Amino acid sequence: MTAPVDTSDPKQLGADTDGTQFMTFHDLAYDAGKTVFQRKAQPVGQGREGELLEVAMGPQHPSTHGVFRMDVVLDGETVVKLKPVFGYLHRNHEKIAENTSYLGSMPYTDRLDYFCSLTNNWAYALSVEKLAGLQVPERAEYIRLITAELTRVLNHTCLAGFLLQDMGALGTPLMYAFREREKILDLIESLTGARMMCNYMRFGGCRCDLPAGWLDEAKKVVAEYPKFLDEFDALLSGNEILMARTQGVGKLSAELAISAGITGPMLRASGVDYDLRKVDNYGLYSRYPFRVPLGSHGDVYDRYMIRMLEMRESLKILEPALKDIPEGPVVDPKAKLRGFRPKPGEAYGRIESPKGELGFYLISDGSPNPYRYRVRPPSLINLTILEDMCLGQTVADAIVTLGSVDIVLGEVDR
Amino acid sequence: MLGTGILKGMVETAKNFAGSYHDPERLTTVEYPEQRIASKENARQFPFLVHDTEDPMKGLRCVACQICEKECPPQCIYIVKSKDKRADYKGQMQFYPATFDIDLSVCMSCQICVEVCPFESIKMDTEFELSNTDRFGGLLVNKHQLAKSNEHYRKIHPTEAAASDAVLAAETAKAQAKAKADAEAKAAKAAAAAGPVGAVASAPAPKPSSPAAATAAAPAA
Repeated sequence: MTAPVDTSDPKQLGADTDGTQFMTFHDLAYDAGKTVFQRKAQPVGQGREGELLEVAMGPQHPSTHGVFRMDVVLDGETVVKLKPVFGYLHRNHEKIAENTSYLGSMPYTDRLDYFCSLTNNWAYALSVEKLAGLQVPERAEYIRLITAELTRVLNHTCLAGFLLQDMGALGTPLMYAFREREKILDLIESLTGARMMCNYMRFGGCRCDLPAGWLDEAKKVVAEYPKFLDEFDALLSGNEILMARTQGVGKLSAELAISAGITGPMLRASGVDYDLRKVDNYGLYSRYPFRVPLGSHGDVYDRYMIRMLEMRESLKILEPALKDIPEGPVVDPKAKLRGFRPKPGEAYGRIESPKGELGFYLISDGSPNPYRYRVRPPSLINLTILEDMCLGQTVADAIVTLGSVDIVLGEVDR
Repeated sequence: MLGTGILKGMVETAKNFAGSYHDPERLTTVEYPEQRIASKENARQFPFLVHDTEDPMKGLRCVACQICEKECPPQCIYIVKSKDKRADYKGQMQFYPATFDIDLSVCMSCQICVEVCPFESIKMDTEFELSNTDRFGGLLVNKHQLAKSNEHYRKIHPTEAAASDAVLAAETAKAQAKAKADAEAKAAKAAAAAGPVGAVASAPAPKPSSPAAATAAAPAA
């Protein structure tokens, strides 16, 4: 790292070895961007046209989906350098989990990706079940499948709304999306007691059984949902402005996506057929046929369409699952709430959360709290590639690209 | 043709706009403070302590075992155990909470205290308007504010309350049966020891059974 630069001293302002001068605000430690800088460098003493401007977008910028900062270096309106800065919402999730009981971190996992608390619960429960060797009754597996797919629909609905809001479609798509999301939230509330912080899964099953009449309500919502998707498609998917704003923007090649460890809809939009529901076969996904939609361009439009198509596939899983769910217990009778001490060992449980591969890595030393607890958050790892997608594009495109990554800062910063 | 996508979208917004005047599907909002949606039966907001008798402080089911205090993930429960003991619903002598405070600003409504409580004494309320003008004392809710009757519990969570009442009734019946069996065994033992002078031996009353009979009837509804 280079020593910090005193910006009040003009001599220190970016005097490079070849005698060119350019403007930076505080950070010569932009190491990799040398060629980019030199392309725009002006000889000392000449006019100021062609200067680079560094702008800190965020952490209070409304387009950054929370407290997230993008340090962008701009040449006019073109992004020549972008540094994602996160950690503003860091709250020590992993260390807290290492100091509470296994059960005690379950409500904290709700707060990782606060749109999809049920899939967070499932991933954590799955890894603890692997660690302790617990079995999940069939009814509980069905409930998990149903709630996880409902969560996927909910997340993608919201994302479509937020993405459009980032493009400047203020209000309308987001309001329609939230209106539909409300129906799923009502279902989740009547099942788990909370709308977003569900804290529903338990090691070896689920906390409580479905309330009376819940399945009928869920069937109704699932049956009516395609109507909303058709409406949303008619409203947006063929819209010329949306296409102009998203097609060819934020391209990500399949090779780069794979080597960067991108997962989830973003990877599939680049044309890589990788879905943990098919690869890992966890839960009951092998019982229900569904297709994995794939994109071909890897741009923002593909990412948007992938999510629209995934919602339809999720509904295809939900419809028969809601009919097939058997009677029975919802929790393994051997699993206990208090004094839960898995035998020493380690386990990694992962699921396909709506945003990508969500994994929990646990090491137990036989004590009531995990020795090591690590979350593999899909949002964070999908965000690391942001610069490669944004270089050479305008600021407005960078915002749309960020929106298409689908991040939740609770999960990025933990 | 360029522009058809936009026009198709405009038709959708027009449908929604027109629909918002007559179709409840299109206009889903309610005017909140005046209009209210009934809360869901499973809804949970903030814990309360269940009591069985008229006087909330005398009938608290809580025995200050401090399990919830220990298991609470954000550690927002503060309990001070009493010095003396008193009879609980089934006549057993138990401690009671001299102090039972929950920090409203820390509690995250996760319901783990409810799940771990072995005495059915802490439950979740559905009241959600919990704002307070006093951000220091007012957010630390004490046991007088936390105590709510079992009738209240039956009203907000009927299914759960029925299950909870059944558990308590079974516990009471078990305690009574055990007390009765103990008393009989004791009497028989005393009779055997005293031999022919049985009338004198039966005089010391069996200890646990009499308070149990007096208080047990109340909670078993």
